[in-house]
Amino acid sequence: MSTVVLTLGDDVSTDVIYPGRYMATVLPTETPQFAFADLTEFNAKLKTKQVPPGSVLVAGKNFGCGSSREQAVSTLKGHELVIVAKGFARIFTQNSVNLGLKLVEVPDLEAKDGDELEIGATEVVNTTSGKRFRIVPLPPARQALIDAGGLIAYTRKRLLATVK
Amino acid sequence: MGMTVVEKILARASGRARVKAGDVLEPAVDLAMSHENAALVINQFHEVYKGTGLEPKLWDPSRIAIIFDHRVPAESPKTATNQKKVREFVGKHGIAKFHDIRGDLGGICHQILPENGYVRPGAVVLGTDSHTTSHGALGALAFGIGATEMASVWALGVALNVEVPATIKVVVNGTLPEMVGPKDLILHLVGLLTAEGANFRVLEFHGETIRAMNTSGRLVLCNMSVEAGATSGIVPADAETLRYLREEAGVADALTPVTPDPDATYVRTMEIDASKLEPQIACPHTVDNVKPIGKVVGTKVHQIVIGSCTNGRLDDLEVAARILRGKKVAKDVRMLVFPASGRIYAQALLKGYVGDFMQAGAVVMNPGCGPCLGVHEGALGDGETALSTTNRNFKGRMGNPTSDVYLCSPAVAAASALTGTITDPREKQGGAQ
Repeated sequence: MSTVVLTLGDDVSTDVIYPGRYMATVLPTETPQFAFADLTEFNAKLKTKQVPPGSVLVAGKNFGCGSSREQAVSTLKGHELVIVAKGFARIFTQNSVNLGLKLVEVPDLEAKDGDELEIGATEVVNTTSGKRFRIVPLPPARQALIDAGGLIAYTRKRLLATVK
Repeated sequence: MGMTVVEKILARASGRARVKAGDVLEPAVDLAMSHENAALVINQFHEVYKGTGLEPKLWDPSRIAIIFDHRVPAESPKTATNQKKVREFVGKHGIAKFHDIRGDLGGICHQILPENGYVRPGAVVLGTDSHTTSHGALGALAFGIGATEMASVWALGVALNVEVPATIKVVVNGTLPEMVGPKDLILHLVGLLTAEGANFRVLEFHGETIRAMNTSGRLVLCNMSVEAGATSGIVPADAETLRYLREEAGVADALTPVTPDPDATYVRTMEIDASKLEPQIACPHTVDNVKPIGKVVGTKVHQIVIGSCTNGRLDDLEVAARILRGKKVAKDVRMLVFPASGRIYAQALLKGYVGDFMQAGAVVMNPGCGPCLGVHEGALGDGETALSTTNRNFKGRMGNPTSDVYLCSPAVAAASALTGTITDPREKQGGAQ
């Protein structure tokens, strides 16, 4: 069971997730402090560890649109957030798969702050409202990268196979 | 069944006779571009080799390009140190396509690649920047990726698990009216498609308007294709592409344009009559919030920006300089001009545009991304409004979450600089002398 800790609308850009002025900070170990830096209240909760790992962020269509900055993914991954949205932008999706940030695509999703969600393999159950919603499965090409433990592990394996 | 341009390019790069949308491939990469975020790519590249017992080795340094543009010259010790680390890596690994902070060779990555002939028709170009879509203007398949994916490309020379995107055919006919240009066309298209309408799709541009458009204009279309979510925009290479690469980029070797088959499969076809277009404005805070200029004329602006990888080329500066020549930027308005590269800056100097801007009261800055992404210079004050020829107007984009950014063409930006409000460039403006 996971609690919805933040609800956002459509087209949340990477400028909102990780503002450009923090882009000189690149290392995944350092980016989590700037997650949603302009949503000061939520950012403060994250930094003071008031948001438990596995908490859910709910959003509308096209989450993660805009820049290719990987910080927008590593910053959320650093807090082990799960993103449940009606849809995701392409580069953000690929970066999440590469780094192991959990995205769940649920086109008909209805959820609000404080709701409890049960995220299964094929559907999300909002146990607060009692409603069930279908999950759009990841294409096999992306699932293969997740199963390999992310792109770095996958590339490492390929590299060693090439050398042998 | 025939193939689209993206299918043909990916088939060639993957050593297959034919591919179709949805196939998963590992295409060979012809060019791998990064900017300052090469600092993160380098970190992830070393991560890949960790524990392998292998010495980190780039698959082909001649196919890697690194251009400093996002924060030039460095705005902080942190950025300067990142740039220093990248410079050291470049030297150690022999990366020749490196464009440091220089007045002669420097500039914005999406201008440096075309003007140096690094991009060829039919090539697979990957960049750690979402606006890598720009290079589809030369008939290449070009798309943005993250730093970790680039590290993987640096090690292997292929992009892993690439799903062939479906293609939307965009057919544009008719002559663009006076003071209406490629920027208005792409803003109109993004408005029609919406910000997610082309997600995981390619936009393939056709029609007499596109054929008549120069490469500079085609770069605008492909640059902003990503604002509709597109993986890439592609203008199939033609005589103009070859002219640009031969005459302006100095390319001498063989070039092979890739054109779609007549019976290629498209998920959607859109037709646009360019002759009916008006100047378009993308209003805060999404790029698809597009309105014809009449709806927002008179909106007060505090800062005008002309430049960026979208509209910082010589013809953009020419349009703006013509409107500003002999006139003055309105009181209480700051106007910032960023040529897209050192080469363009030098050309603008020779043509007198830089003088026109300065005499009008504009500040001409060094080439680079400038205020577009809010990290470096030209930040906005609380509650202020910018009108900009850049490509994004997301909340906080120019560094201040309480500010508003409107997007427009260079003609609209210049006309509005004279009045201090959003102004239709088709109306004759006096401007204070």
